[in-house]
Parts: sequence; C-alpha cells; structure tokens
Amino acid sequence: MTDDIPAKGPYTLNRRKLLAAMATIPALGMLGSSRVFAQDTSTAAVNTTGLAITDTEVTVGILHSVTGTMAISETGSVQAEILAIEQINALGGVLGRQIKYIQEDGASDWPTFAEKAKKLLVQDKVASVMGCWTSASRKAVLPVFEQYNGMLYYPTFYEGLEESPNVIYTGQEATQQILAGIDWVVDTKGAKSFYLLGSDYIWPRTSNKIARKHIEMKGLKVVGEEYYPLEHTQFNSVINKIKLTKPDVIYAIVVGGSNVAFYKQLNAAGIDLTKEAPLLLTISVTEDEVLGIGGENIVGAYAAMKYFQSLENDNNKAFVEAFKARWGDGIVIGDVTQAAYLGPWLWKAAVEKAGSFDVDKVREASPDIELTTAPEGYVKVHENHHLWSKLRIGHARLDGQYDVVYETADLMEPDPFPEGYQ
Amino acid sequence: MPAASITRFPRHDAIAFAVLAVLILAVFPLALDIFRLNLVGKYLTYAFVAVGLVLCWGYGGILSLGQGIFFGLGGYCMAMFLKLEASSPENTAIQSTPGIPDFMDWNQVTELPWWWMPFNSFPLALIAILLVPTAFAYLIGAAMFKRRVGGVYFAIITQAVAAILTILIVGQQGYTGGINGMTDLRTLLGWDIRTDSAKLVLYFVNAALLLGVILVAVLVKRSKLGRILIAMRDKEDRVRFSGYDVANFKIFVFCLAAAFSAIGGAMFALQVGFMSPSFVGIVPSIEMVIFCAVGGRQSIFGAAYGALLVSYAKTAFSESFPELWLFAMGGLFIAVVMAFPNGLAGIWKSHVEPLLPRLFNRLRPLPAVTPAASEAAAE
Amino acid sequence: MIGDYTYDQFFSILAMQGFAGLILFSVFVLMALGLAIIFGQMGVINMAHGEFMILGAYVTWGVSLFVTSFAPALFPIYFFFAMALAFCASFTLGVFVEWAMIRHLYRRPLDTLLATWGLSLILQQTYRSVFGAREVGVSLPDWMMGSLPLTDIIEVPINGLFVMALTTIIAVAVALLMYKSRWGKQVRAVTQNRVMAGAVGIDTKRVDRMTFGLGCGIAGIAGSAFTMIGSTGPTAGQLYIVDTFLVVVFGGAGSLIGTIASAFAISQAQSTMEFFLSGSMAKVLTLLTVVGILMLRPQGLFTLKIRR
Repeated sequence: MTDDIPAKGPYTLNRRKLLAAMATIPALGMLGSSRVFAQDTSTAAVNTTGLAITDTEVTVGILHSVTGTMAISETGSVQAEILAIEQINALGGVLGRQIKYIQEDGASDWPTFAEKAKKLLVQDKVASVMGCWTSASRKAVLPVFEQYNGMLYYPTFYEGLEESPNVIYTGQEATQQILAGIDWVVDTKGAKSFYLLGSDYIWPRTSNKIARKHIEMKGLKVVGEEYYPLEHTQFNSVINKIKLTKPDVIYAIVVGGSNVAFYKQLNAAGIDLTKEAPLLLTISVTEDEVLGIGGENIVGAYAAMKYFQSLENDNNKAFVEAFKARWGDGIVIGDVTQAAYLGPWLWKAAVEKAGSFDVDKVREASPDIELTTAPEGYVKVHENHHLWSKLRIGHARLDGQYDVVYETADLMEPDPFPEGYQ
Repeated sequence: MPAASITRFPRHDAIAFAVLAVLILAVFPLALDIFRLNLVGKYLTYAFVAVGLVLCWGYGGILSLGQGIFFGLGGYCMAMFLKLEASSPENTAIQSTPGIPDFMDWNQVTELPWWWMPFNSFPLALIAILLVPTAFAYLIGAAMFKRRVGGVYFAIITQAVAAILTILIVGQQGYTGGINGMTDLRTLLGWDIRTDSAKLVLYFVNAALLLGVILVAVLVKRSKLGRILIAMRDKEDRVRFSGYDVANFKIFVFCLAAAFSAIGGAMFALQVGFMSPSFVGIVPSIEMVIFCAVGGRQSIFGAAYGALLVSYAKTAFSESFPELWLFAMGGLFIAVVMAFPNGLAGIWKSHVEPLLPRLFNRLRPLPAVTPAASEAAAE
Repeated sequence: MIGDYTYDQFFSILAMQGFAGLILFSVFVLMALGLAIIFGQMGVINMAHGEFMILGAYVTWGVSLFVTSFAPALFPIYFFFAMALAFCASFTLGVFVEWAMIRHLYRRPLDTLLATWGLSLILQQTYRSVFGAREVGVSLPDWMMGSLPLTDIIEVPINGLFVMALTTIIAVAVALLMYKSRWGKQVRAVTQNRVMAGAVGIDTKRVDRMTFGLGCGIAGIAGSAFTMIGSTGPTAGQLYIVDTFLVVVFGGAGSLIGTIASAFAISQAQSTMEFFLSGSMAKVLTLLTVVGILMLRPQGLFTLKIRR
C-alpha cells in the first residue's frame, strides 16, 4: 500500500514530524476498501452544507477541558487527537485537504462545553468535533450536536444507554468492558464473591448495575455495593467493610483524585493486591491514573480495558513511538488516549468512503468503517455507532504499566442497551 | 452620603436605566448574531444574581457565598417542568417506564416521586421558582440573623450549604439527574425553545425581566428600607438601638436577593436548555460575587455591567488563552478588592463623572454613555 | 450475635471504625488548625488554604525526587526534611501574601475572602503550569507503608499512625506556643483586644504577619502528610476545603479547643455513619447535621468573648 503516499508534499519535515509520518505508514491500510479513485473532490461537491472547507483546508474542532479538575484526564485525549491530525496531514490530509483544528476549552464545566460546542458548530462551521470526556459533558453537548447536526467523536468508555446519530463512540460502552472481565475473573481465578465500589455518578452506578446482574446470573454473590462522592478522600470505612466481608474480588470504579486516595489507603491498610486475596479488578484506572496513584500502591491489581500501552503489535509500537516523539518521553498512554487517537482516523475513513464532508453522508458511511491500523488492533464501527473491540485484562506492574494477561478471542459487539441488564 | 446626592439620585438613575435599557434591548440585538446574543442572554441571567448581591452585600453588608443555591433552585424548578414536558410517554417510549425523565429510568426509578408532581403544571412551576428559593432563604436567614450571625461566619455557612446541596443533588441522581444535570430540555408548553426565533424571544423576555428586577432594586434602594440597610451595614448597633429590628430587614433583603437569583436561574434553564449542579456549588457562587464586585458592589447598574463584562472576558479568554484564564480571573479578584473596591461604578464616579459637566456644557445634548456600556457595545 | 456479625467481629468493627475515625480526625485537625489560628486571630478566612497545603505536597514530591536521584541513602528519612521544607515554603509564601495583600484588608474581612479566593485561582494555575495538570505520585520509604496486624481482622495502617502522631505533635506544639510562650501571649492579647494590645506596646502588625505565616506553614505540613493518603494535583486542595471550613465554623471561631472538638465530632460521626450507610449518604447526613446544629447554635460549639 506504499503507493498511497501522496506525491505532493512540499513539507520540510523535521525529525518529529518525520517520525510521526513514518509511524503512520502502516495506517494507510485502512483506506483500502473505501477508496474510490474517480472522485470529484471539488469543494462544491464535497461540501454542500456550508462547512468551513476550502480547496486546501478542512476545519475540525477539538473540545476538551484543559483547565479545571478534568484537565488531568483530558490532556492525553487532546494530545492524541492532535497527533492523529498531524499524521493525517503529513500523509496528504483528507480528500486532498489539510486538517486545521480549532481547540476549545470546556473548562471542566458542562455548560461551557455546550456553549463551546455551539460555537464550533455555528460560528466555526467545523466538519466534525473530537471531544468530551465525562458523561456529563457529553450529555450537555448532545442536544447541540443533534440540533445543529454536527458529528462528535467521543473517546471515553462510558455507561451506554445512548445511541445518537450525531456521535461516534470510540470507547467501549459498559457491557464491552464489564462482562468479559467478570467472566475472566470467574473462570481463571475462581472468584465467587464480589464487592462493588464506585464514585457516585452515572457511569459507576450503571456499570455496577450491569456487573451485579451478570454476577447474579452466574449464581455468584455480591457481598457489598458502595458509592462515595466524587471528590471523597477517606476510604478507611469501606476498606474495613471489605476486610469484614472478605470478598474474592473488589470491583472498583473509583475516579479522579478519589482514586489516588483509595489505592493509597488500601495499600496502607495491609491489603496487598499482589496476593490476590482479595483480587482487585478495576475498569477506571488506566496508565494515566497510575501516574498519580503510584505503581507501588496498585501493583498486582487487574484492569479490564481494550487498550494498554504495553500491547504487543506493530500498530501499537509505531503509535507509542510517534506519541512519545511528539509529546515527550516521559508520557504514558491510557485506554482513552488511544480511543481519542482513533477519532480523526475514523472520521477520515468515513469522509473518504462517503466522498464528502457532509455530516449526513459521513454518518451514512460510518457503519462498517474498518481500521486495521488501530493501536488496539482491528476495530470496526457498528451500526449503533460504537466500535467492535476486544477486551483485555492488564496486570499492574510496579513501574505503572500493565502486563496484558488475557484478551478475548473475538471482537465484542457493542450493545448500548443490553437486554436483561436494565 | 450628602443630602444633595440623594435628591440627584432619581435623574441619575433614570439616565442609567435608560442607557442600560437601550443597550440590552436595542444595541445588542442589532449588533450581534443570534449565537452571540444567546450568550449575552446567558450572561444577563447572572446579572439577576449580581443585582441581588448589590442589595444584600453592597447595601446590607451581608455577603452570601451561596447565591448559587438560589440560582440553582430556580433553575432546577424550571428544568423540572421542562424535563417533564420533554418526557412525554411518546418521547420516552424506549424506556422501561415511559413517561418519566430518562435519568430516573436509568436509575431504576419506576414512578414519578410525589414532589415532582406539581411540576406537571406550569403555574405551579412558576410559583415554585419564586417560592422554593425564597422560602429556603428565609429559613437560612431567620436562623442566622435572629441569632446575630453575620460577616465572615455567614459567608462560610452559606458556602457550606451550597456544598451540601451539590452533594445532595449529585448523590440523588435517580431524582435529580445527578452530576449530568437535567439535559435535553426541548419545549415550553409546546413551544420549541431551541429554535433561533425562540432564543430571540427568550432574550427579550429575559432582558425585560432584568430591567424589572433592576427597577425593583432601585425602588428598594431609594425607599426608607434602603436607607436602613445602609445604616445597618455601617453601624448595626446604632440601628438596633434606634428601635429597628435589624434581623427582619436582613432577612427581607436576603430573601429578595434569593428571589432575584431564582428568576435568573429559571431564565438560564430556559435559554441554555439545561441545568446542572455545577451552578449550585461553591465556585459559581463565588464567581457571582465577583460579577457584583467588578461592577461595583454599591451600584445596581454596575452589577449588570459587571456580569456582562466578566462573563464576556471569560468566554473571550478561554477561546484564545485557555491556560491564562485562571490567572486573569484570580488577578481580577485581587485587583478589584485591593485597588478598586467600588468596581467599575467607582471608577466611573471618580474619574469620568467629574469630566461630564464640562462635556455637557460643550457638547450638549450628547447623551452620556458609560464606559462599561461603550466597551460592552464594542463586543 | 449482633445483626449479621459475631461478637468478635462486632468488636473488631468497633475498633477498626474507631481507628478509621481517628485517622479522619487527625486529617481534619491538621487541615483546620492553620485555618483556625488565622481566623481566630484576624477574622480572616483564607480561601487559599487548600493551595498552601498543596504547596507543601509539591515540596514533598520535589524533595522525594531530589533524594532518590542524588542521595538515595537518605530516602528512608527524607520525609522529615520534606516536612520541614514544606513548612518553610508555605510559611514564606504566607508571610509574603500577608505583606502584599492581607494587611491592606484587615478592616474589610469579607474582602479578604474574595482576594484569597483570587489567590487560590492563581496558585492553582501556577501549579498546573509548573507541574503539569496530571497528578504526581509521591513515593514513600518502605517503613511508612503497610500495616501492623493486631488480630486477624484488625490491622493498623502505619501511615495512619504517622499522621496521628504528627497531628498530636503539632497540636501540642501549637498549644504550647499559644499558651506558654511570650509570643503566644501577644497573639492572644491581640485577638482579645487589638487596640489595647497595641496600646501596651505589642507590635500588632508583626504578630499578625507571623500568625498568618504560621497558619500557612501548618497547612504546608498538612499537605506534606497528605501525600501519604491522598492525591497531589493542582486542584487537590479543593477536595479538603469545604470540610475544613465546616470544622472551623462548627468549632466556633477562634477557639482551638473548639476546632479540635468539632473535628472529633464530625470525623467520628462520619466514619460511623459510613459503616452503616452508603458513603454518599453518610457525607450528606453528616454535613446536614452540622448545618442543622449551626442553625440552632450559629456561633459554633465553643466561643471566645472578643472585643473588636
């Protein structure tokens, strides 16, 4: 597929960009099936709805929090999206147009997200938006995207119960992250009893609801279920309860600063996770979070994600290398960062398949878009706008990385409205 | 304040009122596209809070760091009504229990709680918007002021109440929508509030309500009550010794400020189309105080300009320099307290007003345009 | 049997919950002490208190990095230097802030609220620009991690013991300073009657500055200690601030005993309720109770007679 390298390219590539560009050479594979050679790519033809597209440029939006409490989590997503856009540009852009991005700050504040989303769609006329992180921010912008017919690429694993024509969900919905993880811990570790713990908002609650149903359907026991306010910092009471109820598995969905407090206090209370008595399975701690928690506090825990930085495949090697070349060596890449990286690539693939930037056509083209070059491996867009993806179990190491100890054999079908789990 | 200035107040206020009215009723709608106008409408909802704060902080000396409570309660009352309307059984047919708000369905609530019932009716919802926050303010105010708690103490307690309310709303997500808030509000009595024409209408309704609230505030200020408030702020004991029941006046002005904030909150929910706990907590409450402080804590009109200016600066800054926004905001807090305790209104009074008579004599009959007005108009 | 538990288990629960409550109590006292000193002395609420704490946490983090790369042999005891440095850093910043800002605002206590809030925003963004938006992990020497098993169920976390010991030392030191030293006498004199204290020759300005610095310095130590149990990030200070305010207000302004008593009451109530209810409800109920009591007794548990 190397013949796809665009001929025009009057770029003076510096080392970074070169690396970034080289890293994506395998990424060209994705164009394969969807490429139509005799396309009319004049601006009038590819843009019939007045988006901000010229003969040489197409504008997209990036909408994340770079200030406020969520900045911690969203920084990685911004970096991944910028990297993907730069790589796409180095390869000649989309339909011969370079991608220009307008970055807006949601400031960890949901109304601000809505306001900025509206600005991007109404004023800047962007062709698509990569953005949002928390469910709350997505819920806030959703009506805006539906009203002004925008396209949002949303990277975070989330609770499901949603299927908007204006959103492509590049992270996992709840069942994709939960069911296989619990199956694994039951089958290989012989777990019989679970303690469910979470921060008090919709994602942990919905996830635990699904987890509880699944556990109970298997005839196993949930010995406790507990929620703490989002910024809670004292977990000694719940740790005592865990000690008393002696579950086989602590199923933890704690987020943000609470996470750090929880794992530190768990460790201090003498629960050594490497002994796996109890075993800890989390769906909320990526490599990003481990940085703050400290490897020594979480070593031995298991995480159920679709992506880990340590994943062994060529796509991922190239991705990690390009990411570090662009953003610095010390950086770590978590599940959501990788999902954010997929956004611009999926959009590019859909635009090229549709032969148009029009949101309606991109939406129509989106189902069945494949990405053979995703760092997580092969992914495909489902009709319900979520991705088919695998689930992997990572085992936390002392240095803050995960060893991948298990992955599902097949891609898992996204099911945002799971029957029998509601 | 010298007697001369009191007699001059009416003309002064009339001019300021006219300038503000022209600005928000004519200049903004003509100069801005509907997107920006909707933003201005959102900023103006904060002005309701700021005007309330001028009365209770600038005149009454009661600093409340919990105005977000009332803004939030007002907004939630409106949002509950709109959410129920948006959750008709037809719209929510895919839910396991159709006819209740989506977040209830997600949280296995199968029946509308009783305290949601009144919000099926628009008149009752309107009453609730005013009554619930005011009653809550009365509770807090009566408990605090009757026991002569004030100053920093009062500020901290209102702040704590704001924090509690946030945790409560977030924690009871089956009934309140949790941290996501109430989103996807669509229609008001069948009228789609998301269209551009509806936004325009709502902007004018909002502007008219704000002018009404300002009028009430000016009347209060000019009445005997306003005089007592100022006296209380400056020397509470003397007022008390003169035979006035200080607590009742404080409670009244606190409740009035709460009612103003609630109207702002309700208009916010209508214009923005959702309501979330992020308007109830500590941070928004303090930001609302800064609107008032920037405008000039003793100037009812200044408060409106302060809300406009600071919110605009926030949007502008975070569009171009998101990283610098907190520096700018922090600097603003410090500057307005240290260097310009009377805010824009103070600068106007000390620097611009002395020039005016000369200007008037030379260029009569040029209308006076405030610096804030011309700056805001330049947007 | 009591409920679902055997007697043995039940007493273990009591012991462990009591201990969890004590840790929470220590945390509250550490947080609130600095704030209470400043509030009691000057009637100033320092909204940037959380950010002074986080300064201490970042200093500790810096020291841990420095020690691991340049003097690994000292690692087991680095924490003590780190705390001393954290105190110095926060103290210095506190004194500077008092000089630059607070002293101009003594006549307007409400304005100090706003000004220090502005300061907290600036500090947060400074941390974010300097240290990055992500949380930093502070590694601890081995002896400070893990726990001491007492019975099969009861285990005592070492860092909890450490925090408790630290709190005791600081509380005693502050008490001695306030009630036994010449300087403490001056502070109390200024608190009780500023004008008279000035008239008898106390340099009230200097006393104010040192008090403010001391309050901030204690916040720095608290921040240093919290690296063991919580997160260190630009906005982490905000996580503690509401609890801190409530503890101080509930205790009664200006009363150190009141602060300690209220920290004890709130922490034990919360930790007990957390065991029997869910975490979120426990928090709401605790806060509601506190506010409820404050409605009935707004001046707090203990009050000082003060002439202002």
